[in-house]
Amino acid sequence: MKDRKKNITLALAGNPNAGKTTIFNALTGARQHVGNYPGVTVERKEGDAEYQGRSIHVIDLPGTYSLSAYSPDELVARRALLDEDLDVVVQVVDAGNLERNLYLSVQLMAMKIPLILAFNMMDEVKKRGIKIDVGHLETLLGLPIVPTVGYREEGVDRLLDKVMEIADEGAPPSADVRFGAELDRSVESIQREIEKGGKQGKYDPRWLAIKLLEGDGEMVDFMGDAGEVAVLEKAHAEQERVRMLIGDDPEILLADARYGFVHGAVSEAVSLTVEGRRTLTDKVDTVLANRVLGLPIFLFFMWLTFEATFTLGAPLMDLIDSAFSALGGTVAAALPGGMLSSLLVDGAIAGVGGVMVFLPNIVILFLMVSIMEDSGYMARAAFIVDRVMHLVGLHGKSFIPMFLGFGCNVPAIMGARILENERDRITTVLVCPFISCSARLPVYVLLAGAFFPPARAGNVVFSLYILGVVVAMVMAKLLRTYVVKGPPTPFVMELPPYRVPTLKSVALHMWERAWMYTKKAGTIILAMSLVVWFLSNFPRQTRYSPEIEKALAEAGGLESAPEEVKLAAQREKMENSYAGTIGRGIAAVLEPAGLGDWKVGVSLFAGFAAKEIVVSTMSTLYSLGESGGEKGDLRAVLRADPFFSPLRAYAMMVFVLLYAPCMATVAVTYRELGSWKWAALMLVSTTTAAYLASAAVWWGGKLLGLS
Amino acid sequence: METTMPLSEMPVGGAAEIKKIGAIGEIKKRLIEMGVVPGARLEVERVAPLGDPIEIYIMGYHLSVRRSEADGIEVKPLEK
Repeated sequence: MKDRKKNITLALAGNPNAGKTTIFNALTGARQHVGNYPGVTVERKEGDAEYQGRSIHVIDLPGTYSLSAYSPDELVARRALLDEDLDVVVQVVDAGNLERNLYLSVQLMAMKIPLILAFNMMDEVKKRGIKIDVGHLETLLGLPIVPTVGYREEGVDRLLDKVMEIADEGAPPSADVRFGAELDRSVESIQREIEKGGKQGKYDPRWLAIKLLEGDGEMVDFMGDAGEVAVLEKAHAEQERVRMLIGDDPEILLADARYGFVHGAVSEAVSLTVEGRRTLTDKVDTVLANRVLGLPIFLFFMWLTFEATFTLGAPLMDLIDSAFSALGGTVAAALPGGMLSSLLVDGAIAGVGGVMVFLPNIVILFLMVSIMEDSGYMARAAFIVDRVMHLVGLHGKSFIPMFLGFGCNVPAIMGARILENERDRITTVLVCPFISCSARLPVYVLLAGAFFPPARAGNVVFSLYILGVVVAMVMAKLLRTYVVKGPPTPFVMELPPYRVPTLKSVALHMWERAWMYTKKAGTIILAMSLVVWFLSNFPRQTRYSPEIEKALAEAGGLESAPEEVKLAAQREKMENSYAGTIGRGIAAVLEPAGLGDWKVGVSLFAGFAAKEIVVSTMSTLYSLGESGGEKGDLRAVLRADPFFSPLRAYAMMVFVLLYAPCMATVAVTYRELGSWKWAALMLVSTTTAAYLASAAVWWGGKLLGLS
Repeated sequence: METTMPLSEMPVGGAAEIKKIGAIGEIKKRLIEMGVVPGARLEVERVAPLGDPIEIYIMGYHLSVRRSEADGIEVKPLEK
């Protein structure tokens, strides 16, 4: 017996939907944490388990069908398998779908890593009348196999026993898969060349030879960097030889041969005693993916998600909102008025509070999303709407985050995680802000209510929602054509069997999301809130204009001054702050779009904190001399303002719809896409679109003789 | 000569054997890795409500592919 290692590192590999997450949760419970792999937005889940007094560190690799470095997920999984110091690799296999799952096993075997197969969902297999001769398969593959039922945690202890055994004593030699005479000859001759050079590093030479024959970019670079020109030349010559001889790419032929090997093993060890073809999944899909009913049912589920997220969330949002207001009130009362109090209350607490109110939405949203995802419905939803999304270069699944955008762009952008392909995810995130979120509605209500007759105000608002969707589609097409270029992601997607989601998995998923949101968005938001606070409060104004100073003196200070004096003072403070200067700058720039007014400029600038703030800022700025800042009055004030007209109001609504999203959205974009580059592109693309669209409205309207 | 046709032209409910994968590049490799290999049997399960993509049953699981991808898969229809 070799030395017993105290700490064991284990990686879980497997196909998507094979039950990897269930096994991971069964092994680690709540002792897990989620991060990202460096440089990519692929999630890295890790956790710890204790077994027989030894600790096992478990890494949950992304679910993949193969390890050919086709997607970022595959690349990350492969790098982890090759580069990390792993004692054991467990591949979770869906025993009900052996052939496709074992294709991955064959690739893992070739890497010569200590491998155990966990045949998961053995209960379903029995129910379907499939008999697997596990012992025989172990012999055929040369791999230890442990049957498990993940959601009941059956077989997990046996799996851990096996893990200990392999970690202590090493893995038995697994079978070398043969690819047929010609391919084997090519592999062997490349392998000899590699061994002659001796630069294979930590890689198994036969595996490396197979990869070079496939023309694997990463391994070709590796050999190139090692200066092994002879090996690369050999690989190239062998590729040509195979192409000439068999007429197809070695890459394809090797994949084909792996399936041949798997098929052989499976037909020897598996027998079907009952024809179990019409499963529950088939029956469910005759309804849910029905040619006629599929679309209405899908829309119903979307509506339900939307309703739950924003209706169930509302009371909790109010609760959090009042908690933060109370906190702000307490802090304001405890501190002497002044800079510090204002910084804490108006800057930090208001800013962070403004973002934390979305937490209930996020939690409920991810509850709904993880139920849809774990049950298998998500894949059907993508199947149903792919046609439409494909038209603009998006993926079927892009629909879900975009739809959520009608409620709030923040959860929408987080929802874009369901897209596996980076290009699809980037495009979807960047167009989400064009979908009119609920925070923009107060602005429409104010302006449409003030400048359009009640009978037409509804249509005016509706036209903005439609415009948002159209611009999102056009922008998606533009982005896919000019920025995130590349062929459309193929829609070669598994429609997994329906399953009842487990409470544990759903709960863990929600917790993960809630925590990530609180931690990351919270820290960025805090910083941005402080910046906005600084801009609105500096340079410090010690003296107001003579009239206000007089009114203040009469009232005995700002605190006891009448409401209109306070508002006037506030207005003046804003006009003279950096934010006011920015507002005037914005007004100058927006002149051609019909929005050249400094008060509009400041409101739009303040709206970057949150779009509903456009309304509260306008009420501060316009309500001078009127009693209070109520919306009803504000409408009258706006109508009386010579600057505004229905056409200008519409141009402004179009601008508010399309321009830079709120800072929470920008922060979450940075967090989700991992780069300020994309956040900056979002700011530029949205604001440019807003400028062009509102200018088109303004000048188009003037040409048509509107005002 | 055997009669083959593109998978995209198979009727719903029809069974077929894959003869040749003509699709090029990345997609071809992905298809093969997902078990869409010559010799494999498949059934066309359904068409999405909007006419694209289609769903097939192959190697014991359900797979969806767009019509443009199915165009490149040559199949020989089988009696069920």
